Amino acid sequence: MPELASARALDTFPRLLIEHAQLRGGQPAMREKDLGIWQCWTWHDVAKEVRALACGLSEMGFRRGDNLAIVSENRPRMYMMMTAVQCLGGVPVPLYQDAVANEMLFVLLDAEVRFMFVEDQEQVDKVLEIHDQLPQLEHLLYDDPRGMRHYTQPFIHDIRELMAMGRIHNRNHPDLLNSEIAGGSPDDISVMLYTSGTTGKPKGVCLTHHAFISAARGGAEVDRLRADDNILSYLPMAWVGDHLFSFAQAMVTGFTINCPESAETVMNDLREIGPTCYFAPPRVFENLLTQVMIRMEDASLVKQRLFHFFMAVARRSGAEILDRQPVPLVDRLLYALGDLLVYGPLKNVLGMSRIRVAYTAGAAIGPALFRFYRSIGINLKQFYGQTETCAYVCLQPDGQIKFDSVGKPAPGVEVKIADNGEILVKGPMLLKEYYKRPEATAEAINAEGYFMTGDAGLFDDDGHLKIIDRAKDVGKLANGAMYAPNYIENKLKFFPYIKEAVVFGDRREMVCAFINIDIGAVGNWAERRGLAYSGYTDLAAKPEVYGLVQECIEQVNGELLGEGALADSQIHRFLILHKELDPDDDELTRTRKVRRNFVAEKYAVLIEALYAGRNSQYIETAVKFEDGRQGKVAADLLIRDPKTFAVGRRAA
Amino acid sequence: MNRQFGEAILDLKNVSLVFGGVKALTDISFDVREHEIRAIIGPNGAGKSSMLNVINGVYRPQQGEIILRGRHFARMNPYKAAKAGISRTFQNIALFKGMSVIDNIMTGRNLKIGTNLLLQAIWWGPARREELAHRAKVEEVIDFLEIQHIRKTPVGRLPYGLQKRVDLGRALAMEPSILLLDEPMAGMNVEEKQDMCRFILDVNDQFGTTIVLIEHDMGVVMDISDRVVVLDYGRKIGDGTPDEVRADPEVISAYLGASH
Repeated sequence: MPELASARALDTFPRLLIEHAQLRGGQPAMREKDLGIWQCWTWHDVAKEVRALACGLSEMGFRRGDNLAIVSENRPRMYMMMTAVQCLGGVPVPLYQDAVANEMLFVLLDAEVRFMFVEDQEQVDKVLEIHDQLPQLEHLLYDDPRGMRHYTQPFIHDIRELMAMGRIHNRNHPDLLNSEIAGGSPDDISVMLYTSGTTGKPKGVCLTHHAFISAARGGAEVDRLRADDNILSYLPMAWVGDHLFSFAQAMVTGFTINCPESAETVMNDLREIGPTCYFAPPRVFENLLTQVMIRMEDASLVKQRLFHFFMAVARRSGAEILDRQPVPLVDRLLYALGDLLVYGPLKNVLGMSRIRVAYTAGAAIGPALFRFYRSIGINLKQFYGQTETCAYVCLQPDGQIKFDSVGKPAPGVEVKIADNGEILVKGPMLLKEYYKRPEATAEAINAEGYFMTGDAGLFDDDGHLKIIDRAKDVGKLANGAMYAPNYIENKLKFFPYIKEAVVFGDRREMVCAFINIDIGAVGNWAERRGLAYSGYTDLAAKPEVYGLVQECIEQVNGELLGEGALADSQIHRFLILHKELDPDDDELTRTRKVRRNFVAEKYAVLIEALYAGRNSQYIETAVKFEDGRQGKVAADLLIRDPKTFAVGRRAA
Repeated sequence: MNRQFGEAILDLKNVSLVFGGVKALTDISFDVREHEIRAIIGPNGAGKSSMLNVINGVYRPQQGEIILRGRHFARMNPYKAAKAGISRTFQNIALFKGMSVIDNIMTGRNLKIGTNLLLQAIWWGPARREELAHRAKVEEVIDFLEIQHIRKTPVGRLPYGLQKRVDLGRALAMEPSILLLDEPMAGMNVEEKQDMCRFILDVNDQFGTTIVLIEHDMGVVMDISDRVVVLDYGRKIGDGTPDEVRADPEVISAYLGASH
C-alpha cells in the first residue's frame, strides 16, 4: 500500500506495515519452507497480500470491532491476516491449534466470533464438529485446499477466493482501506490472547496497539534488534511470546520471520535458517541439551573425553568471557581452542551459530541449564512477563546476566513488590481489560493502576528481580518452614532423566514427589544397560530406574540442605507415575505447565499412599489417545524413600 | 461423498497360475473400474499376492489374459506394466535401505527420465532442468505424504510405518493410473493405519488413481473399498460391494467366519 505516504505516527501495526513497505519494500519480511524450498515474501508482497485479505474481509461484511479467530501453525498468511484484520479495526484472536474442538468452543463463544480463518481440513473438521453450537459463526476460511474438495457448506471458503474478491474490491474502492487504516487509533485493541487457564476458564486478554508496540520497541532497544535479524517462528501463535517476537517486534524493527515447514522439521529448519534471534521456552532448551547429552554418551571415547574436557573449561570461564569479565589467559586460550573443536560445531548442530541473543521465558529455567548455553557462547537471556503485560516486564541487560534472576525492569516499566511478596507492575504494556469481564479486570489491576502478577518475588542488591514461585503456591510446611514447590520441581527437572515432577507438601509434615521420567533419556540409559522394556509404564516401574531417579533426588536434597529456609523441603518419599502427564488428559496446560490441583485430585489415592507410609499402591487411570479414543492404564506403583539430610546436624 | 466410476480399466479373464503342482490361482476373472478402490481379500495362502504379481507381470499365468484399457496382454511383464501406468508397493518393503527418502522416491521417476546417462553424469543443460522438474514432483509427493522431516534420512533408519509411507511415495512418484498396494497396513499401529487410510483415500480422491489393494484388516477393507474380491485357495468365492461380500454365506464360512 505504498500510496499512503503521509507521515502519520507509526503507532498502529497497519501503519508500521506501510512504513516498512516503503522503506524496505524489497527486503524479505517473511519466509516459509514449502516443497523443500524457502519461499520469500518481501515487505512489498506482504503489504499487497494484506491489502487483498483486508479488502476481501471487508467485502464479506467484516466490520470494525469484529473478532476473527485464527487457528493454525505458524504460517506467513496467518500473520498477514492479523494485520489485515487490524487494518479494518478488527481484533485477531489466535487459538492454540492443537486444542480439541470442545476447548475451542469456549473461546469461540466467548469472543462471539463471526469470522474464522483456519489452516487446513483438520481444523475445518474440528469447527464442523461444534458448528451447531456456534450460531454466530458466519464464515469459515481455510488456507490449505488439500482434501477440501467435497466440502460444500456455503459458509466455508478458500482464502484464495477471498483474496481474489479483495483485489477486485480494491480496484473499485481504492481509498476504502486507507481511510480504514487512518481511522485506527493506537488505543484500539490490536489482539486478544486467551490465557492458558492454569486457573479457571480462559480469559480473553485485550491488548492495544500502543501496548504491544511499546513492549516491542523497548525490547528491541535493549537488545539492539535490527531489520537484518532473522527469527524462526515456530511457537504457538496463540502464545504471547510468539506474538511479541514473530509479530510485534518484526513489525517494529522490520526483521524477517521464518516459518518452519512442519512441526517435525523445526530442528532442520533452524539449522538452515541460522536465526540471529531465537526464542524458546525452557523445555525446548532442556530437550536440546538432553539430546546432545544422549548423543554424546553414544560417541566414541576420544570424542567424549574431548567434549567433557572442553565443557569443563566452558563451565569455568565461558559465561565470564561472554560477559566480558576478566578471565585467566590460559582459560581464554583453551576456550578459543574449545570453540574451534567443540562449541562451534555444537552450536552449528543446534542451529545456533549466528545467534546474537536467545531468550527464554514461560517457566523458570534450571541454573545449570542456563549456564550451559551461556558457557558455550550463546547469549541466552531470561525475561519475565505475562500475557497481560505483553510478556514485557523484566529483561536481562547484556553483561549483567544472573542465573537466578530475570533481570531489571524493562524501559518504561515500573515494578514493585507488595507486602505479601507479590510482584506488581505498571507501564504502557498493560492489558486494557479482560474481554467482557470487568470484575476480573478490577481484580487484576489495583486502585493505583498496578497489575497484580500473582508471582512472588524479590529484588536483590543490584536491583534484579528474582522470581520465587507463584504467590499462591508458596506455602508453608507443617512446621512453618517456607515451601516453594516450583522451585523444587525445577531443580528435579534439570536432570535429563526427569521430564516432569510434581511435589506436595503445603501444610504437611514432609515433601513428597511424583516423577515422570524422560522416555528418551531413560530409554537410552536402559538400552545401554541391556535393560528390556515394553513401554513407558514398564520402564517407569523398573527398580533400576527407581534407583536412577533416587540418586537424582538425593542430589537435590543435598542442594536444598544448603539453601537455608528451604532445607526442610527435602524430598522424603517419591514415586514414578505410570503414565506421562499430558495436556489431552488435562494434567498439563497447552503450554505444558502442570495443573497442580488437578493432578493432586486425580491421583489423590497416590498422595495418600505417600503420606500413609505405604510401599506400593495400585492405580488405574483413564487416558485419552490422540485420536480421541479412551483407554486405561493400570499399574502397581512402588514408593521409595530417598536419603534426606538432617537439618539440625548442619548447625552443629 | 458421491463417487463416480468409469469403465473397466483392467479386466482379468480366466487367469490360472500354477507353480509345479501347486495351483496358486484357478480360473479367476474380475475387473477393476477406473477411479475405484478395489480390495482383494482372503485367508493366508489364498493367492492374493500372486494375483497382484500377475497384474503387474512378475508372474506369468499359464492361462487367461489381462486386458488393460482394451489392450490384450497374454504376456505382461513389469516393464510393460510400469509403462502402462501401473505402480505398486510391496508387502515386504523393497526400498534401498542405504539411500535417503528423496533418492528412494526419485527412483520412482526413473521411467520418466529422458536424458541420457552422459548428460546426467555431468548434470548439464537439459539433464539438469529435467532433474529439477523431477525433484519438484518428488517434493510434491513428500508434501502429500507429510514426510518432510525425514526427507534426507536414510530409509533403513526409519521406523516401519514410515518406511511403508516412503514405499507408497515411490509408487506415487510414477504418477500411476493404477496403484497396486500389497498389505499397505501390515504391522502398523492404529494411528499409522488411520494415516495410511487417509493417504489412500486422498490419492484416490485427488488424483483419481485407481487402487487395487490387498489387506488383512477387515475394518479397513470394509471402510475404504468400493468393491471386494474374495479369494480362497486360489479360487474366487465372492465379488461385490463390502456389504454384499459381508452377507455372502460362502465368504463368511471361508474367511470372515474363521477369523471371528
